[in-house]
Amino acid sequence: MTLDFTVVPAFLDVILLGVLWTIAITVAAALVSFFVGIFFAVVALYAPWFIRLPFRAFEWLFMGTPLLLQLFLIYFGLIQIGIDLPAFVAGVIGLGLHFAVYNSELIQSAILAVDKGQTEASRTLGLSRMQTLRYVVVPQAVRDVIPPIGNNMIALLKDSALVSVIGVSELTLSAQQAIGRTFRPFEFYVTAAAFYYVINLVMEAVQRRIERRIAASR
Amino acid sequence: MTDTAFVEIRNAAKSFGRLEVLRDINLKVNRGQIVAIIGPSGSGKSTLLRAINELDPLSSGEVWLEGVQINKKLPHRQYEKHVNQVRQDIGMVFQHFNLFPHLTVRGNITLAPKLLKGVSEAEADKLAEQQLAKVGLSEKIDAYPSQLSGGQKQRVAIARALAMKPKVMLFDEATSALDPELVEEVNLVMKQLAEEHMTMIIVTHEMGFAESVCDRVLFMDQGVVVEEGPPEVIFRNPESERTRTFLRKHIESNTR
Repeated sequence: MTLDFTVVPAFLDVILLGVLWTIAITVAAALVSFFVGIFFAVVALYAPWFIRLPFRAFEWLFMGTPLLLQLFLIYFGLIQIGIDLPAFVAGVIGLGLHFAVYNSELIQSAILAVDKGQTEASRTLGLSRMQTLRYVVVPQAVRDVIPPIGNNMIALLKDSALVSVIGVSELTLSAQQAIGRTFRPFEFYVTAAAFYYVINLVMEAVQRRIERRIAASR
Repeated sequence: MTDTAFVEIRNAAKSFGRLEVLRDINLKVNRGQIVAIIGPSGSGKSTLLRAINELDPLSSGEVWLEGVQINKKLPHRQYEKHVNQVRQDIGMVFQHFNLFPHLTVRGNITLAPKLLKGVSEAEADKLAEQQLAKVGLSEKIDAYPSQLSGGQKQRVAIARALAMKPKVMLFDEATSALDPELVEEVNLVMKQLAEEHMTMIIVTHEMGFAESVCDRVLFMDQGVVVEEGPPEVIFRNPESERTRTFLRKHIESNTR
C-alpha cells in the first residue's frame, strides 16, 4: 500500500473542527491553569497551615499521578458521587488543574524573588498585605514567569490530545475518526501533527509578542 | 505654631536578639520642623526612621503622630487596619527608590490614592500631573521607571509619597544611591518641600544639605542619640568628642 495524501482533503472539515476544539480546550485550560496557578501560589506562600496543608496534598496528587488517570477520575469517577461533567468541561478542569500546579511552582519562586523594597514601598503608602500582593508583587512575579509559563502552555497543547480518550472530538480524535473510515493512519496522523505544529508556532508568536510588550516595564 | 510635638518618640528601644540597635531614644518634632539624623552606618538611624511607620517595629517605647499612637498594641487584625491607616499620613522615600517597575510614572503615583482614598480616575490623573509638575517631571508621566535616571526616579518616588498628602515625610538616605551629579536635583525638591513647611525627618550622609535645610540635627552612634541641637552647633561646635570624630572622618573621606 502506497501513501496517498489525496484522501485528506475530503476529511478536512472533520480535521479543522478538531483543530478548533483543540484550540478551545487549550485556551480554556491555559486560562484556568494561569489564574488557578496564581491562586495556588498565594495560598502556598501565605495561607495558614490548616489551609496550606490540604492544598499541598492536592498538589502532590496532581504532580505525582498521570494526567490520563486524572482525566478518567474527573470524567468517569466523579459521576459516581453525582458530579456529571460534560467531556469538554472535564477536560478543561483536568488539564487546567494539572498545569496550574506546575504554574504555581513557577509563580511561587517568582513572588519570592520580587525585591523586598517593593513590598516596603507599597505598605508604606498604606496598602494592606492583600493589596500589596494583588497590585504590586503578583503582577511583577507573573511578568517574570511569562517565558517559562509559555513553555508549560505548549506542553499543555500537546497533552490536550489526551482528552480524546474521554471523547472530546479534538484534533487527535478527529484524525482517528478519519482513519476509521479510510484506514489511512499515516496520512491523517501526519496531517494532525502538522496542525499541532502550526498551532505551536502561533502560540510561540503570541508569547514573543507578550514578552515584547512587557519589556518596557522592567 | 504650637509647642506640642507633632511627631514624638518616647523611650524607644529595639534589639535583634541580644544586639541592641536602639537604646532609650526620645525625639520630638514639631509641625513644619525639619530634623536630620546623622551618624555612622550601623548607628541605628535608619532603624529609628523605619520604626516611625512600623516598618521595623520597636521592641519597646512609643511612637506618636499628631496625638495618635502609631505602634499601638492591638490584636493582629486591628493592628493591620490601624497601621494601614496611619501609614497613609507618613510618606517615605527610600535609598533605592522602590518605584513599581510594572507601572508607569502615572500608575506609581495614582495607585495608592485610587485604592485607599477612592479618588476617581480623572482626579487621580490630575493629582499625578500636579505632583509631577512639583518635582519638575511633567513630561515623564507615561514613562516607565526603567526609562528614568536615578535622580528622576527619586523625584517620582517623592511625588508618589506626596500624592497621599502625608503629614510628615521620612527620607531614608534619599540621595545615597545616586551618582554625584544627580544629587542636586533631588536636594532641590527636598528644599522646596522645606520651604512649604512640610514636616520632615531626614536620615542623611550629606552634612552640607543637612546644615542648610534642617532646623535640628541628631547625631546617633551605637543606638543612642549622642548629641542633638541646631545645625550650626552640631556642625560647627559640637560638644561631644564622638560627634567631632565622626564629622572629622566624614570630611576627610569626602575630600580624599
